[in-house]
Amino acid sequence: MLARTPDTTVVAGGTDLMVAMNFGRIRPERLMSLRRVAEMRTIEVGSDTYVGAGATFTQMLGTIEDPAMVLAAKTVGSPPIRNAGTLGGNLATCSPAGDALPPLAALDASVVIASAAGERQVKVSAFMLGPKQPDLRPGELIVGVRWRRAGLAQAFLKAGTRNAMVIAVASLALVLDKERRRVGVALGSVGPTVIRAMAAELFAQSWLEDRDWRPGTPTQAALDRFASLAAESARPIDDVRGSALYRRHVVALMARRALERTCASL
Amino acid sequence: MRIALNVNGEPREGDLWGGESLLYLLREGFGLWGTKNACEQGECGSCAVLVDGVLKCSCLVLAASCEDCQVTTIEGLGDDPVAGAVQEAMVSAGGVQCGFCTPGFVVVMTELLKRHPGADDEEVKQALAGNLCRCTGYARIVEALKRAQVQIA
Amino acid sequence: MVRGVGASVPRPDGRAKTRGEFEFASDLTAPGMIYGRTLRSPHPHALVRRVDVRRALALPGVSAVLTASDLPGQAVYGLAKVRDQPVLVGVREKVMYEGEPVAIVAAESPERARQALGLIEVDYEPLTPLTDPVEALIQGDGYRELVIRRGDPGAQAPVVVKGYYEVGQQDQAPLGPEAGLAIPSHGGREIDLYVATQGLHVDLDQVAECLGMERERIRIHLAGVGGAFGAREDISMQIHACLLALATMRPVKMWYGREESFFGHVHRHPARMWYEHGADESGRLLLVRATIVLDGGAYGSSTRSVVANAACFGAGPYRVPNVDIWCGASKTNHQPNGAMRGFGAVQSCFAHEAQMDRLAARLKIDPVEIRRRNVLAAGDELITGQRVTGSAPVDKMVTRCMEIPLPPALDRAAPAALPGGGGYLADAGRVRRGVGYALGYKNVAFSGGTDDFSTARVTLGLSGGKPLARVKSAASEMGQGLVTVIGQIVRTELGVDEVELMPADTLVGDAGSSSASRQTWMTGGAVQGAAQKVKSELLRRAGPPAVELGEGCVLDAEGMPLAPLEVLLETPIEYEHEFHHRPTQALNENGQGDAHVSFMFVAQRAVVDVDLDSGVAKVVQLATVQDVGRAINPLQVLGQIEGSVAQGVGLALMEEMRVSGGHLLNPSFTDYLLPTVLDMPEMISELIEEPEPLAPYGVKGVGEPALISSPAAIAAALRDATGLDLPRIPVSPAELAGIAHLAPDPRVVAGQRPLERVVPARVLTPVGEESGDGVERGRILERG
Repeated sequence: MLARTPDTTVVAGGTDLMVAMNFGRIRPERLMSLRRVAEMRTIEVGSDTYVGAGATFTQMLGTIEDPAMVLAAKTVGSPPIRNAGTLGGNLATCSPAGDALPPLAALDASVVIASAAGERQVKVSAFMLGPKQPDLRPGELIVGVRWRRAGLAQAFLKAGTRNAMVIAVASLALVLDKERRRVGVALGSVGPTVIRAMAAELFAQSWLEDRDWRPGTPTQAALDRFASLAAESARPIDDVRGSALYRRHVVALMARRALERTCASL
Repeated sequence: MRIALNVNGEPREGDLWGGESLLYLLREGFGLWGTKNACEQGECGSCAVLVDGVLKCSCLVLAASCEDCQVTTIEGLGDDPVAGAVQEAMVSAGGVQCGFCTPGFVVVMTELLKRHPGADDEEVKQALAGNLCRCTGYARIVEALKRAQVQIA
Repeated sequence: MVRGVGASVPRPDGRAKTRGEFEFASDLTAPGMIYGRTLRSPHPHALVRRVDVRRALALPGVSAVLTASDLPGQAVYGLAKVRDQPVLVGVREKVMYEGEPVAIVAAESPERARQALGLIEVDYEPLTPLTDPVEALIQGDGYRELVIRRGDPGAQAPVVVKGYYEVGQQDQAPLGPEAGLAIPSHGGREIDLYVATQGLHVDLDQVAECLGMERERIRIHLAGVGGAFGAREDISMQIHACLLALATMRPVKMWYGREESFFGHVHRHPARMWYEHGADESGRLLLVRATIVLDGGAYGSSTRSVVANAACFGAGPYRVPNVDIWCGASKTNHQPNGAMRGFGAVQSCFAHEAQMDRLAARLKIDPVEIRRRNVLAAGDELITGQRVTGSAPVDKMVTRCMEIPLPPALDRAAPAALPGGGGYLADAGRVRRGVGYALGYKNVAFSGGTDDFSTARVTLGLSGGKPLARVKSAASEMGQGLVTVIGQIVRTELGVDEVELMPADTLVGDAGSSSASRQTWMTGGAVQGAAQKVKSELLRRAGPPAVELGEGCVLDAEGMPLAPLEVLLETPIEYEHEFHHRPTQALNENGQGDAHVSFMFVAQRAVVDVDLDSGVAKVVQLATVQDVGRAINPLQVLGQIEGSVAQGVGLALMEEMRVSGGHLLNPSFTDYLLPTVLDMPEMISELIEEPEPLAPYGVKGVGEPALISSPAAIAAALRDATGLDLPRIPVSPAELAGIAHLAPDPRVVAGQRPLERVVPARVLTPVGEESGDGVERGRILERG
């Protein structure tokens, strides 16, 4: 159907779209609701985790086991928001502040996209082209997200001015995937898109490799290096939620604390 | 467009333009004024309703996507004993001042107690974290929930 | 009397509110109703060159589009008898703030009205907005300046501490946004307005003037109010809805969504304050000098009174022999600022309490001890020269506050207990706890010679053969529980349990606005007075030996029932009473005078946890000891304290309207953050009841004090935890993490007018009048 009328706006949980509608900022010609597409709500947990684009955060919290995603999902909005919001929606809105996006990027997840022409997959990091600019072509629909299970050494931290219902001033997801010898570090709200802190990832990978992935308690030097590399990847701005100065400061802090905590569970 | 759904146990039909929210349909469309509009953004919980038994912010629910849904509003909690215990406790504990947030809280509190009657202090606060109150400071609302828990047990 | 004065009676409208059956202003409907909406300027300052409504009028379903050229009556409105705010900005007139109304429409649906707004063409010529409140005062753009001078303004002291402080712009953010319904009748010769407001008669004055109609033809009815906190003292949609109703001869409903609400009411004045405190070596205050600059925004509202309050209470509840406090409010191209709970005292309290802590640190005296050495007591003179004739148990309150048990130590193993909650950001090892105290006070009821009386009518009759008392009052219930208190008073006075409150409207005399924590005292006094008149008549009808009332009967001197009231009520008894507080005086040119009716005092202690590296903070406990005179309904009094504390947590840590270049950046609950349940501390509140002479039952007001000093107490605790200066609220995580610092505004010195200080140091470009030395003297509108 999207192929026939590509200017249709798709809505799942409505937690982003309805705000713009209620405020009179958008008046789409056509709306397509995914409420009844049951296949889009499937969640599968095996050696991979697959979450359908229409599955809500509450449904995810009841099922998935990846710590970074679980921690992020718990901080999304509030209970009624979690009952409606979806990963598909987070991805389609493609805001750098979407809580679920840094964990997806750190987990090296892939977005599954369908159209009349078939299906394609693209890495989450590559999918986010810019603020509110997902790699979605006319007639395409996000159907799900998939990632490899990556063990339990994961962390998600979020900085905000209030203890609940807050859009992140900055967030960080860290995944230490011992099985695949891979480190994922993703930053939220500190750039036009979610940022993979690649230099920090490479440093951590080689640092862990040197210790055969049994690092014990990280030294201050290692934590400092990791933190400053992560902060250097950030491209924060000053806005009404926080200053660039603070964002960079707290990214370094989150990186340091995330590494400390995850090493303890390796 | 015309849509048919079930509200508080009764079939209802509404005419609406495509982008209208469920909140608007309930209030302006069906004259069910108990559900409140305080922010239209899902940031305050005053518009909380149950859609097919699931707690939602009705301001963020596209009315047109509610075809054949079962919607329960504050008016529909009616004689439910759990809701009644919550309502009575809210008054006796001092959890009601201006009352604008109250229907939203009652819906959320009732849903919580029916789903998880043994919720502990932390779980209670997490469940209420999406509802804003500007008058009470929340302490007496939390107290009301605890009194209702005792009453129901 | 079982449900009388002193009992924690549940509120009579509580059940309906829990069932969604209580009708708020935004829930009103009427047959044939249409919807009104407002077109607002996107520019903070602009000349309106042209307004063309033809395309909007041509849209099907649009019934009226009105501009300034369609106004039938006075074109301006305002509070305190100053009518300076345009109903609509007209062609060749200037927009003075972002969001100022330019046109109004009425249409068949809200969506249609929204579309009509989009079709109104307005040509604005943007002008440079004046956004610096200090610069504005230097230029002479101000509403009022007030000086409090006592003793020797040039006094010296052995120990002097100075500080610069700022308070950001807080919004009242009542959950119920602006709403009302106007219904025309008698061919447009009469109109009924149902509205959520704090003052029915205050609204009536302005509506009548702007409609060009006699007051008798307008009836204003109180609709359900979803909170106010000062946001509803000023006109919002009242005049607009009536204009549209009269233009269309249809009922017109107007309500503001949350975003529009941020532009549709006044806010708390942001403040910049320069303070100098001098003391002797034992910590006794010798002098306080201060300069307080409030940003009044585009129109006057209640700014003149806020200036007076900030200055009068500017040194805090302490004895100070030498005082030189200057307070002024600027006129800028920001949204008008006005009443918000605390009304000027919140701002100066933040500064004077920080100063007391500075003194304590300099002298190495305990912060509580230094306060106790200076606190006011009954019989002391205030800095305005007024002697405290009512109760002032301040020292006792400080003691009680200290004695409230501190919370248990942080449970470092429970992540939810850490600051930042579910963000998992905090590290237990880096969390430091801090404790801080603050004292505050302000006036009850209106000051400076204002006679803000209240009127109430009590009718005692029979209903179903049993006595029923009915009370008619125009007082606004906004959630604070006045409706409960009124019933309790009638029960106590008449010994009758069944009390019904009639709808509040302007068909009964003025009750004054629900503000300044005055209604329990003033409307309580009016109700008590009317009830006592009814009682006198009952006793006259009964004849001796009846001397008292109780339990539905007349009683003899021993309290024995003589006859049930039913037998005395063949005809009902009705009396009205107008209650006045004692007269007060205006302040003289040195800010001296017997200006206030009485005072409410508060002592608070805050305990906070701060993660030192991230700067996320959590208020763990807030203890309040409040001087209430007499608690008519203890449960409701505690509710007022706790609600005030929540707003104090908000102002201390997260609430601020962020404005840049005259544009509001965060008009939504996404970015104007209110505390949630997870942000609230444990609250322990204690009431001190020392009866206030001359007040009904000895009451004082209770609604404001706990907001006056809670931000100051929380800031003190944050300073204790971090060792940082923290001169500004709301405090951000960046400041608490020590990576951001506020630079003081260098332009002014404590105790001096910005004008005088700046004149020798700068060269001003003369605009308008000049004096002999080529420097503009300025146009302060009102002095003293």
